[in-house]
Amino acid sequence: MKRFLSSLAALFLVLALPGLARAQENAPVIAAASDLQFALSELAEQFTKETGKTVKLSFGSSGNFFNQIKEGAPFEMYLSADESYVFDLTKEGLTQGEGALYAVGRIVLIVPPGSTLKADGSLKDLASALKAGTIKKFAIANPEHAPYGRAARAALKTAGLWDMLEDKLVLGENVSQAAQFATSGSTQGGIIAYSLALSPKLLALGKFDLIPAEWHDPLRQRMALTKKAGETAKMFYAYVQSPAARAVFKKYGFVLPGEK
Amino acid sequence: MDWEALRLSLALGAWTVGILMPIGIFVGRWLAWSHFRGKGLVEALLALPLVLPPTVLGYYLLVSMGTRSPFGQAFEAAFGHGLVFTFEGLVLASILVNLPFAIQPMQRAFEAIPVEVREAGACSGLSSWRMLIRIELPLAWSGILTAIVLSFTHTLGEFGVVLMVGGSIPGETKTIAIAIYDRVQAFDTESAGMMAALLLALSFVTIGTSYALSNRKRQG
Repeated sequence: MKRFLSSLAALFLVLALPGLARAQENAPVIAAASDLQFALSELAEQFTKETGKTVKLSFGSSGNFFNQIKEGAPFEMYLSADESYVFDLTKEGLTQGEGALYAVGRIVLIVPPGSTLKADGSLKDLASALKAGTIKKFAIANPEHAPYGRAARAALKTAGLWDMLEDKLVLGENVSQAAQFATSGSTQGGIIAYSLALSPKLLALGKFDLIPAEWHDPLRQRMALTKKAGETAKMFYAYVQSPAARAVFKKYGFVLPGEK
Repeated sequence: MDWEALRLSLALGAWTVGILMPIGIFVGRWLAWSHFRGKGLVEALLALPLVLPPTVLGYYLLVSMGTRSPFGQAFEAAFGHGLVFTFEGLVLASILVNLPFAIQPMQRAFEAIPVEVREAGACSGLSSWRMLIRIELPLAWSGILTAIVLSFTHTLGEFGVVLMVGGSIPGETKTIAIAIYDRVQAFDTESAGMMAALLLALSFVTIGTSYALSNRKRQG
């Protein structure tokens, strides 16, 4: 038994050591809005190929990252889906300048295969489905802290469907989770980011159609380096504004700053 | 498969167990043999993480360890960085979350040691330190082993608290449970499925081993 206990102790020691050694690698951690899940992963890969430097990406809702950065989270760069979060951080002195607009997002109505709902961006079919009572569950991101949830709410209000739909909503913690819910087959559909709908992973999971951009405030997505940013983060920040990066954003359906 | 997240979870489990074991032994032993007013209150407080929703616990930890709390500020002044969203913060949170998993099995094990055995030891002139090493620990070891296994596997699976105080930072606070959640959101069901299966197998093997060992002890 003694041998067993001492080998157990040795095992724990070996397991615990990496925890101590962790600070050596210094790839910056970058907080990014969930709608960038696929576009930014592709960008980061290209960046590593071209420069040999790596960045670590953490995806989530812009509002949650905003709170975490205020609480002292060690992110070196923040790509928000809503520029007002970046402006607020700047006011609190947590960023290096006001950052830069990197993309403008769009939203789509997405329906899973076999749904009774048509993928119709004008939301006319959604309106008649609601009247017919065939909508049981509908997914959007949480409007409280996810910019894409706010845009979805605004679009539904513009279409005059919010009140009818409100008690049928399933709220994703961020827009990626909303996309998960919307395409799961347990909902009749949902409103998600165009950039997610265009990813190869989702193309197989549902049909979608663009919702008119005038139906919600523009999803002006701004990024900024935080006060903790090092050299690699600064390089990545510049890379996200390079022509190569713009091509990737375009591929994922983003409207680019300075373009129509 | 996110090996970094797995490594991080194993490291977190090891730190939690390493720090909790001495605490568990002394607190468990104290609770087993002492009687005092308010003992029930102490036991209830230590058992609280069993029933408290992890998000509630995580919320309080976030508030009390955050950069705006006195404790968080003191830590930052001493070590140059904050406690939330760091591995150290996770270790601290994990210790608190696992208190009942470490203390309760040990307390039961110490309670099961007959008082005559300890009296005999005392009559033979054993110091309390030698009594602990020679008599109490060997008799209580199956309880200790259960405590180790429970707090280790529970740490591997802990999600809510890590999500609140961790912030899902790769290589720092993104544990395997968070990585599974993350992969599901990235529509990467293959990785998520693999990691979930690994966690299931790991949990089953550890808990199975501890049952097998304690059964052998009971029979032998």
